Amino acid sequence: MDNVEANVLTTTYDKIFNWARRSAIWPMQFGLACCAIEMMAVLDPRHDMSRFGAEVMRGTPRQCDLMIVAGTVTEKMAPIVKRLWDQMPEPKWALAMGACATCGGPYRTYAVTQGVDRVIPVSVYVPGCPPRPEALLWGLMHLQRRIDRMSVSNLDDQGPMSPS
Amino acid sequence: MTDSDNGKPLDETPPTDSAEAEAKAKEEAAAKAKAAKAKALAEAEAAKEPWERDPSTPSWEEVEDSLLVDSLRAAHADAVLSARSFAGDLVLEIDSQSIREVCRSLKEEHGYKLFVDSCGAHFDNREEKELEVVYILHNLETNDQVRLKVRVDVGVEVPSVAKVYAGANWAERETYDMYGIRFTDHPDMTRILLWEGFNGHPLLKDFPVEGIDTGAAIYPETYTDNAGPVAGTGTGWRPPAPPEEKTSQSAPESSGEES
Amino acid sequence: MTDIETTAPQPSETLLGVEEMELNFGPQHPATHGVLRLKVKLDGERIVDCYPIIGYLHRGTEKLFELHPFFQNVPHTDRMDYVAAATNNLAYVGAVEKLIGIIVPPRARYIRTILAELQRISSHLLWLATHAIDIGAMTPFFYTFREREHVLDLFEDYCGARLTLNCMRPGGQPFDLPVGWTEKCAEFIESFPENIAEYEGLLTNNRIWKKRTVGVGVLDPDVALDYGVTGPMLRGSGIDWDLRKARPYEAYSEVEFDVPVFFNCDTYDRYLVRMEEMRQSVRILRQCLDQLPDGPIMAKKPRVLKAPKEGEVYYGVEGPKGEIGFYIIGDGSPNPYRCRVRPPSFLNLQVLPEMIRGDLLADLIAVIGTTDIVLGEVDR
Repeated sequence: MDNVEANVLTTTYDKIFNWARRSAIWPMQFGLACCAIEMMAVLDPRHDMSRFGAEVMRGTPRQCDLMIVAGTVTEKMAPIVKRLWDQMPEPKWALAMGACATCGGPYRTYAVTQGVDRVIPVSVYVPGCPPRPEALLWGLMHLQRRIDRMSVSNLDDQGPMSPS
Repeated sequence: MTDSDNGKPLDETPPTDSAEAEAKAKEEAAAKAKAAKAKALAEAEAAKEPWERDPSTPSWEEVEDSLLVDSLRAAHADAVLSARSFAGDLVLEIDSQSIREVCRSLKEEHGYKLFVDSCGAHFDNREEKELEVVYILHNLETNDQVRLKVRVDVGVEVPSVAKVYAGANWAERETYDMYGIRFTDHPDMTRILLWEGFNGHPLLKDFPVEGIDTGAAIYPETYTDNAGPVAGTGTGWRPPAPPEEKTSQSAPESSGEES
Repeated sequence: MTDIETTAPQPSETLLGVEEMELNFGPQHPATHGVLRLKVKLDGERIVDCYPIIGYLHRGTEKLFELHPFFQNVPHTDRMDYVAAATNNLAYVGAVEKLIGIIVPPRARYIRTILAELQRISSHLLWLATHAIDIGAMTPFFYTFREREHVLDLFEDYCGARLTLNCMRPGGQPFDLPVGWTEKCAEFIESFPENIAEYEGLLTNNRIWKKRTVGVGVLDPDVALDYGVTGPMLRGSGIDWDLRKARPYEAYSEVEFDVPVFFNCDTYDRYLVRMEEMRQSVRILRQCLDQLPDGPIMAKKPRVLKAPKEGEVYYGVEGPKGEIGFYIIGDGSPNPYRCRVRPPSFLNLQVLPEMIRGDLLADLIAVIGTTDIVLGEVDR
């Protein structure tokens, strides 16, 4: 009986929290390489990311929910990506945009980190080289669906590391 | 070439009887037909548009009647080791120690004002002087381009051109970064694209493309002071000290030893 | 040589006698156009010196060039200057053709010219959008990206990609223009000059824009040459130098166009150069579409391209940022033995400290914008 009450309460909370989180994802204005140009294209009048509530690009990591890793992460850049990620407040998500951020892409070389997931936990991977703006929007909507499944009662399932 | 084929047997074995002569005549006729065919083919080839012909690969040519080369040779004795051209590009090989003077006279006397590029190259199959440094300069008035090459052994320093062409500064730093060629009198001889502490020089032919021990970038504590990807190059910035050593290391505002 | 009154104070003056301060700028900064990091030495708000630190996007492209055959290297050139893939392709295939001695058929030359000029327009539009955002004008972003999408549509119709085009091959063009493409392109260039007028209406006589750009980031022509600066930066410094005129390649000798040159050496003049270049690009495109010849699009060439046993060429073309060139050494194998890129952004960025010394910190943003760098190409 106690269990049921707790769950009824948290589901309502969850709805409000998740609605709020999913409807206003603030990405970080952080372009690394080619994909950053397509990330800019997502903001343009044709693709218009603000339809999904995610057009507010913030310059500082402390105001962001989402890190779109748009481009090749090199060994020289990886520590900085990690630091920016650490500076973002919870709850936060990372979206690996494109082949380079996913797995190193065409660059299996001495200078390139083979996927940003070696440095930070990634929630959504968007394939492509570079992904089309529509693909990034797909990634964003996928992330919103994931956020919808979060629950305040189960903290283990809340973070970006949660399996699903 | 068909003519020589034709003439050769005639000299060696004169015809002895009629049958042989007949065979000879036949052979001659065949050769003639062949020659005519080849000629026709060549004509057809020549009549073709240039893009339908086989590619005509350019080759090296010695440059002899160049005013520039002559005056450089006059001004700098023994500096110009060779002057050749390939596909219309003038390439001068310069003695490694006089490259700066040659560049200076090219800039000041010959009007090669635009610095185009400088880079290195590694020829691991050569016995000596494996490394090359290449400078490309351009003369805006006459629209001429010249390429200077310097060949050096591993470990030999090349005089820096950065004092003559300021644009050579970063290009030479990159050459150092990629090949390990050091330049004397360079204002800032540090790595530019990679970080201090990177293992090896990537564009050397024996460097594996995956790198040697590179996965360590995310562990800055494995690098010594002023090294590693976070420190960048020549900046003196260092990552925050790990907690246990906090007392021994200095704060990040140290200005560093930029050369 | 410049008649503008520069209000920039001399670095030797000290402001209020305060100590110099060092400021780290980037590599994550909304206005650095990628992962550029600058160490700025400040005296109050004046910049005493600035030290760019690059390499945060170094991906080892030149090493990869040596490991792939000539054909397979074209996609790598896309990813260097990723806002001007077509001109990078053009420079690379041009260098390979020069090395092997291939002559390209006229239709392919015209298609290449069209693609390169469309790419110039798209690159300049992106530059204008980001430069204006950096300075504080948000609206041009939405306007320019609207037209940029039209250009990208044309690219997409031609080769299927928007950014990383991979649209040229050594020896010619991989595909002919699709049905209806020329009409679509003609439609675009018909309407585009009005759009340029629209952007200029927003900016050219805008008082804030002029205050932020006139007299800021002055680049002396001698310094520019010394540093190997090319492209609109050099033409904004009063030097009439354009490889399309100086060493005409592809179809540029068969079309008429002017090279805009401005003489005040500042950020505003570089802006004017690029705006005028877009108009000239439209002019070139119009002539190319009118004169577009029929015929083959691929030259006769061996199935596997092999470089001569010993040979090296340098071939440069005029990209949107400046002279993009390739220096290729062959060794008789199907791979380039050494392939060096002459990156315009690399050399243009190097002159940044010279341009910014003595200006205010806020002008640094405008000056980074006006250099129009792409870090993918700076670091390769």
